[in-house]
Amino acid sequence: MKRLLLALTALFALTAPALAQQEQSTAPYAYRQLDDPAKERTAKALMETLRCLQCQGQSIADSDAPIAGSMRSLVRERIAAGETPEQIRAWLIERYGDYVSYAPQLTELTWPLFAVPLVFLLVAFLLLRRRFTLRRDALDVAGDAPGDEA
Amino acid sequence: MIAELGLAALWLAAALAGLQLLGGALAQTERGAALGGVVRPVAVVQGLLALFAFFCLIYVFAVTDLSVKLVALNSHAMKPLVFKIAGAWGNHEGSMLLWVTVMGLGGAFVALIERRLPERTMLATLAGQAFVSLGFYAFLLLSSNPFERLSPVPAEGQGLNPLLQDLGLAFHPPTLYLGYVGLSIAFSFAIGALVTREVGPAFARAMRPWVLGAWIFLTVGITAGSYWAYYELGWGGWWFWDPVENASLMPWLAATALLHSVGVLASRDALRTWTVMLGVVAFSMSMVGTFLVRSGILTSVHAFAVDPERGSFILALLAINIGGALTLFALRAGTVSEGTRFAPVSREGALVINNVLLCAILGIVLFGTLYPLLAEALGAQVSVGPPYFNPMSALFAVPMLLVLAVGPLLRWRRDTFARVGKGLVIPAMLVVAMGIALVAFAKVPLLPFLGLVLGVGLAWASVLPLRGRNLRRLPLAVWGMVLAHFGIAVALIGMSSESAFSSEKLVAVHVGEITQVGPWGVKLDRIEPIAGPNWTALQARLLVRYGGDGKVVRLAPQSRTFWAPPQNTAESALLTRWNGQLYAVLGGEAEGGRWQLRLWWKPFVPLIWIGGLLIALGGLLALMGRVTTDLRRSVISDRIADRRDDEQRLREERA
Repeated sequence: MKRLLLALTALFALTAPALAQQEQSTAPYAYRQLDDPAKERTAKALMETLRCLQCQGQSIADSDAPIAGSMRSLVRERIAAGETPEQIRAWLIERYGDYVSYAPQLTELTWPLFAVPLVFLLVAFLLLRRRFTLRRDALDVAGDAPGDEA
Repeated sequence: MIAELGLAALWLAAALAGLQLLGGALAQTERGAALGGVVRPVAVVQGLLALFAFFCLIYVFAVTDLSVKLVALNSHAMKPLVFKIAGAWGNHEGSMLLWVTVMGLGGAFVALIERRLPERTMLATLAGQAFVSLGFYAFLLLSSNPFERLSPVPAEGQGLNPLLQDLGLAFHPPTLYLGYVGLSIAFSFAIGALVTREVGPAFARAMRPWVLGAWIFLTVGITAGSYWAYYELGWGGWWFWDPVENASLMPWLAATALLHSVGVLASRDALRTWTVMLGVVAFSMSMVGTFLVRSGILTSVHAFAVDPERGSFILALLAINIGGALTLFALRAGTVSEGTRFAPVSREGALVINNVLLCAILGIVLFGTLYPLLAEALGAQVSVGPPYFNPMSALFAVPMLLVLAVGPLLRWRRDTFARVGKGLVIPAMLVVAMGIALVAFAKVPLLPFLGLVLGVGLAWASVLPLRGRNLRRLPLAVWGMVLAHFGIAVALIGMSSESAFSSEKLVAVHVGEITQVGPWGVKLDRIEPIAGPNWTALQARLLVRYGGDGKVVRLAPQSRTFWAPPQNTAESALLTRWNGQLYAVLGGEAEGGRWQLRLWWKPFVPLIWIGGLLIALGGLLALMGRVTTDLRRSVISDRIADRRDDEQRLREERA
């Protein structure tokens, strides 16, 4: 998509080993999976909801930026050590702020995000109810004939 | 010289848009009626001039005229020609020129062929189109001139972002823009009908093909963009709920709702105000999307404040266009009668429910996209991403899919569930069977689970409207509906399957080593350097085999280094089977002479884009059906008119 336009910052040298030493994350689990598939799944699910701090709108699970690599490694190491995803998320938020988590937490600043869908649900329900109760009365009064199919 | 010609054409086109607006507006009064005659020709010439300017831009890019600032900033002599040309719209100014070109051509096309509505409504529509165009001409000419010269002329251009040097760039932005801007025609129709108070079935029938056309392009554009991101970004993701993607999804949601309500208005004369409202909203979403993408506000509210000129300009355009249209709507909505009534359990009832749900999803996407900006303005940074959008949109998408399965089976005006219930037994059984199978054999998270069970049920239910009909005499539009709904089911199954069953493998291997991903065995055969026109690359030759005894196939992912601008990209290699796709990426060199590979096996992932194309194809069938019906109708009415004339003449001769 046009996020490609914005993805400028996300790339780094892969081919030149000297550059790669500099720019590719050398953290142990940046490009290596955990041996336990269940833990790797948990780690991957968490990574997909964490934001790469250096790139434009990418999760750490799909970025080549060094910091994304380091964060992937951190997530995997902590999952392997037995921490829960939410503990790790909380730790990262404490350190980097709410920005790092794609899953907004319920706080005094973000409550509208969760209130709005409920409001929409309510509005949709009321809108449809009002429309259809009105309609039924009108139809009954009109004493309609069965509709013809178009 | 060519650049100056282009610029002159643009100014002239802008002036003609002014004349078009003036003529169309004055023609609404009695004294100005004579001016009405110029509106259509002016609209056509305006569109052609914009097109000419666009070709001028393509020319300066094709010959890499570095004295044009835009070319110097975004192109390079060493680039392949196709990317030089596509690069013309791979930047801010060029894409805005593409925008006004499509808008001008859309208006020209309407002016040339649309003759079904009263002339006064048409003139108001074309005036509305000119009004919106004028704003974007002003934006282009005053703050984003694509033809600006540069002195001294640099020896070489800065080149195009290598991620964009792909055929996707040649295809995706033009289709997406045809959809985005095509919706401006629906917008102008809504304005025209509000001005002349002509909201009715005739208006809806005239507007429907234009909405359909724009919607088809939008669908294709989004589908193509998603696939492009999927193979180009190199991590196997196909949708990120990125604000730029949301900017294209929002008009699509509004246009989908509009498409269905305009159908109700055309055939049942119901939902009058709602349809006009959606006509305004759909293009408003296009403009909001443009604002988000083009103002730089996405990077940060602060980036917007640093260079506020363009952002403020688009924001002002947005306020004038949307605010003006909504004011007109508020003033006139009261005078538009509600239209025919219907019961909740009826075709119209189902369409209303789907419309409301689509709008709710639209509201959530809009709110979730804008909220981080709002929060940043309040002094805090939050991110809203897939963990928010997926469940929240599912909240409304799930009931919508259920209604989608039932709705097309219902009769207009009033029906009962008992009548259609029997047909839905099989899809319901499919849903249950799929659910049991998934619970028994696979551990699937909730959302993909819902997607898979609803997907199979919907796939069956979507073809039920064909039951009991004479397939040879079935109108094309019905075929289109069935195909599009089936496409939704197909895409849904693809998305859910990708998220539930993908397997990933990240490894560092020596040359000659074999690794496994899902059912595939992958051997790194060799690493070789290769060179392209403006890049060099390391290419991995992978030998892959499906299962224990499949045929060995070669795959060649590359890690490319571009030198203008200096940047690296990973070119993924894909292998498609009937049941999924193998996705291979070559990463960097690891210690000990090993090479990093990223491999994914994604079962049924192509269904996502096949579904998207089916949806668009369904739209195309419907469009063809509508247009041929309308043509036939107009030929017949012409013939009737001719005959009446003949009879009249005969009678006169006799008398």
